[in-house]
Amino acid sequence: MTAVEQRAAEIGQARKRKEDHHLITGRTTWTDNTTLPGMLHIAMLRSPMAHARISSVDATEAKSRPGVVGVFTGQDFKDAQGSLPCAWAPDGLVNPGTPSIAVDQVNFAGEIVAVIAARSKAEAQDALEAIEVDYDPLPAVLNMEDAVKDGADRVHPATESNKIYTWEFESGAAGTGIPIQEAIDTAEVTIQRRFIQQRLIPAFMEPRSTVVQPIGEGVTMWSSTQIPHILRTLLAATLGIAEHHVRVIAPDVGGGFGGKIAVMPEEVLCTLIARTLNKPVKWTESRSESLLSAHHGRDQIQDITLTAKRDGTVTGLDVHLWADMGAYNRLFGPSVPVLGAFMYNAIYKFAAYRFVSEGVFTTKTPTDAYRGAGRPEATFAVERMMDELANELDMDPMDLRRKNWIAHEEFPFTTVAGLTYDSGNYEAATDKALELMGWDDLRREQAERRNRNDPVQLGLGISTFTEMCGLAPSRVLGSLAFGAGGWEHASIRMLATGKVEVVTGSSPHGQGHETAFSQIVADQLGVAFDDVEILHGDTQSSPKGLDSYGSRSLAVGGAALVKAAEKVIDKARQVAAHLLEASEDDLEFQNGSFSVKGSPGSSVSMGDIAFTTFLGHNLPDGMEPSLDADATYDPINFSFPHGTHLCAVDVDTETGFTKIRKYVCVDDVGVPINPLIIEGQVHGGLAQGIAQALYEEAVYDDAGNLTTGTFVDYTLPSAADLPTFTTARNETASTYNDLGVKGVGEAGTIASTPAVINAIVDALRPFGVNDVQMPATPERVWRAIHGAEKSDRAQYGTNAYGGPSTNTVDGGPS
Amino acid sequence: MTKINLKVDGVAYSDDVEPRTLLVHYLREQVGKIGTVVGCDTSNCGACTVDLDGQSVKSCTVLAVQADGGDVTTVEGLAENGTLSAVQQAFHDNHALQCGFCTPGMMMAVRDLLKNNPNPSEDEIREGIEGNLCRCTGYVNIVRAAQAAAAAGANA
Repeated sequence: MTAVEQRAAEIGQARKRKEDHHLITGRTTWTDNTTLPGMLHIAMLRSPMAHARISSVDATEAKSRPGVVGVFTGQDFKDAQGSLPCAWAPDGLVNPGTPSIAVDQVNFAGEIVAVIAARSKAEAQDALEAIEVDYDPLPAVLNMEDAVKDGADRVHPATESNKIYTWEFESGAAGTGIPIQEAIDTAEVTIQRRFIQQRLIPAFMEPRSTVVQPIGEGVTMWSSTQIPHILRTLLAATLGIAEHHVRVIAPDVGGGFGGKIAVMPEEVLCTLIARTLNKPVKWTESRSESLLSAHHGRDQIQDITLTAKRDGTVTGLDVHLWADMGAYNRLFGPSVPVLGAFMYNAIYKFAAYRFVSEGVFTTKTPTDAYRGAGRPEATFAVERMMDELANELDMDPMDLRRKNWIAHEEFPFTTVAGLTYDSGNYEAATDKALELMGWDDLRREQAERRNRNDPVQLGLGISTFTEMCGLAPSRVLGSLAFGAGGWEHASIRMLATGKVEVVTGSSPHGQGHETAFSQIVADQLGVAFDDVEILHGDTQSSPKGLDSYGSRSLAVGGAALVKAAEKVIDKARQVAAHLLEASEDDLEFQNGSFSVKGSPGSSVSMGDIAFTTFLGHNLPDGMEPSLDADATYDPINFSFPHGTHLCAVDVDTETGFTKIRKYVCVDDVGVPINPLIIEGQVHGGLAQGIAQALYEEAVYDDAGNLTTGTFVDYTLPSAADLPTFTTARNETASTYNDLGVKGVGEAGTIASTPAVINAIVDALRPFGVNDVQMPATPERVWRAIHGAEKSDRAQYGTNAYGGPSTNTVDGGPS
Repeated sequence: MTKINLKVDGVAYSDDVEPRTLLVHYLREQVGKIGTVVGCDTSNCGACTVDLDGQSVKSCTVLAVQADGGDVTTVEGLAENGTLSAVQQAFHDNHALQCGFCTPGMMMAVRDLLKNNPNPSEDEIREGIEGNLCRCTGYVNIVRAAQAAAAAGANA
C-alpha cells in the first residue's frame, strides 16, 4: 500500500475515441450485417397512392414466386398489429390509431400494404411486382390550412376533422408574465411575419434495418434504433408480448438525428412475421424507401407577432403554429412543437408571451423528431424577428439583442415561459464571437461593396440562441402529458482485477458515449481511462434506460454515472477503513486511493479494494462482498446551453447563388468533458442547420407523391458545399447537475439556420428583400431580388403551404 | 449464374454470381466483407466505395461480373498486420468519424484522392470527396484528416 502518483484529470481532455477502431477497420455490427441460420428476408410493398381505399389485394401469384415463404397483407394482421404508440396524450388529442400495415385504406404514399418473406433478399424484392392491389383513389390532403376548413376532405374517415389538437400557453394565464393582449394593445411597434419551416428528412446514413429472432415466448430484436429500451416496452405493449420476453439490441447504429426515435411499423411487422413463421427475419430498407417512409421532420407554418417599444425594448411575442403530422400521430410527433413551446422567448426578456400550436393530419409521411425537435423552429422564429425589428427601428441587430437579453448577473433567471435558466454569459460569448469573426471589418467591407454596387453582395447574420437540453425532469414531462419520465440509469461493476464495467441506459449512435463516459467514470473512481468499459444498447445487459435524444445523454445519463460512482466509493470507503484500521470519517479519497487524513503514506487504491472485495476474505462484518452500484437519476431541471453564431455570406445577385464565406460560433455547453467530441457535435449540427437554410426540402406534388425520394433530389450538402467552421467555447457551469454539463448534440442545428437566413436577408435589404423562404436556393434568392412581388416570388418553387409571407409593420403592408 | 474469379483484400475467390448482382452485394453477402456498406441506391452517397484495380469505384454501380479478374481492396484490407494505414490513423486522430457508417467509403475516397494528388489544397479535398456524403461530421474533421494523411505521406 503506497501512495499513488497524482493523476491528471480525464474530464476536459481531448481523448481520441474508443469507438473508432472497429469503425475504421470495417469490423462493424450494423444490424444489416447480422445473418442468422435459416433467416428469411423481408420486402415491403408500399402504396404508390397518397390516399385511397384498398378494394383488394391479390397475393396468389406472389406466393408461387421462387423462394417466397410467405406473403402477408393488412387482413392477416388487422387484429394482431395493434396501434403504433403515441407517447403524448393531452386531453382531447384526436388519435384514430396508427396501423403498421394498411388494412382497408392508405393515407400516405409509402404506407405498407403487403409484406413478402423469402429465402433471399433478391427473391423477396422480385416477388413484390406479383402482388396485385386495387386502389380506389381518395383526394389527397396536402395543405394544412385548407385541411382544417369546414367541409375539407378528411384523411381519416373516423375523425370529425383533420385537426388533431390545439395546445396553448399564455403568460397572463400561467402567471409567468403579463397577458399577451396587453402587450399587443400597448405596442408602439408591431412586427408580423409568417415563416415556413419546410419539411425535412433526417437522412441518417445507415438505412433502417431490423432482425427479429423468435425465442421461446418472445423475441430478440436487433434494430437500428435510438431507443432500444423504449422500443422494448412499447413493442411488448403494442403486440401483447410480455415485456420480459422481449430483448432489444441496438448494435452499431449509423446515425439517428431523431429519425430513429420510433416504434417502426417494420419492427412490428417483422416481429409478427418471425413469430408466425417461427423463423428469424431481416428487413433492411433502401435509401429511397427510407426517404419515403421513415418519419420526416419540421413542417410547420409559423405566424409570429412581436411587439416592442420604439426604443427597441421587446414587450410581447405571440406565436401560432400549424404543425403537419402527416397521416398519423407517431411516437412523439404531435409533441414536437410543444418541445419548442418554452423556447420562443429565447434569451430575451419579453413581458408577455403566447404560444398556440395546432396539429393537423395530411396525407403525407408522418413527422416526428428531427435534430432539435421544436427548438430549431423556435430559435429561427425569434432570431429572424429580432432582425426584422432591428431593421424596422434602424438599429444594429446586435445592439437590439444586447438591449433585451438576460444579463449574466441575472442568472438564475425565470423566463416569461416559466423556465428557470441555470447559467450563461451571452455578453462574453458574443464578444468572443465578434472578435473571431472580424465583424467590424466585415461591416466596413459590406458598406464598401454596397456603395460600388458589387454584383456579389456581402451579408452578415446573427443568431444568439439558447435551448433546453437534458430531457427531462420526469415531473415536467408528466405535467405536459407525456407517457414516460425523463430519468436515466447507470450501473458500475467493479471487476476483480480492478477493471470497471459501466452500464448506461443511454444508447449512442455516433455521439462518443464510450469515450466521454469513460472519462467521467475514470475521474470519479480514480482509475485509468483504458480500464473502463462502457456497455450500452442491449436490454439484457442494460436492463433500464430511456435512451438518447434531446441532448440528454450527458446531462442526464452522465449525471447518473456520478451518482452510481458515489455509491461505489461509499462502499469502497468501508473496505478501506477496515484495511487501514481507521474510522471512515478519517479517510480521504483522492486520485483513486483512500488514505488517512494527515498520513498520506498509507493508502489503499480502488484496485486493491476491488480485489479484496472479490476475495471476500477480509471485509467489515456484515458487508456483502460487492462494490457494485446502480443509480437512477431524475434531473431537477433542464440545462440551457447557449451561444453566439455569426455567418457571413456572399450572395451573387445575378445568379442568386449563396456561398458561406465564414461561419463563427462560440458555444457555452457548460463544463466540457471532451473538447474533441464537442467540436465534432457542433460541426455536424451546423451542417444540418445550414442544410435547412440552403439545401434541403421534402417536396410533394399535388397528387401527394414525394418528389424528393432519392439523394439525387433530396440534396444533403457535400464537403464542397460547406466551409470550415470556426468554433470556440465559453464556459459557465450548469448549476443543476454534478458535472456542470449542459449538452451539445443539437446546438449547431438549432443555432445555425437563422444565422444563415439573417445573413442572406442582410445582404439583400438594399433590394427591398425582407425574407427568403427556405431552402434559399439560387432560384428563390434570384426571384426575391428580381421579382416584382418580392415576398411572394421568394416562395416560388415550394409546395403548397398556404399563402405568401405577410410583411406587415405598424399595421400596414410595407 | 456466371463464374467470376477475383482477389478481395489479397485473397483469391472463385464464385458463381447472378449476372445482375452488384459488386457491393457480392462483397457483403458472398465474400462476407460487411465492412463495406450500402447507403443509397443512386450512387450519391459513396458509402460503398472500394478500390478496383487501382481505381476508386462505388461498388453499388459496378456489377460483380465486371470485377471478374480484378483486384478489389475494401476498408478491411487497409490495415497491414494490425497497423492502421495513414488514412485510418488520420481519421482516428482527427475525430473524422462519428457514427462511422460513411467512414469506409470516405476513407477509400480520401485514399484515392491522395493517390492522384498527394498534396491537395482544402478546396481540392472538398471537391475530391464530394461524391461521399457524411451526415455527422460537417466534413471539417474529414478534411483535416485528409490533410493529416497527406502530410504523413498516405500516397506513399
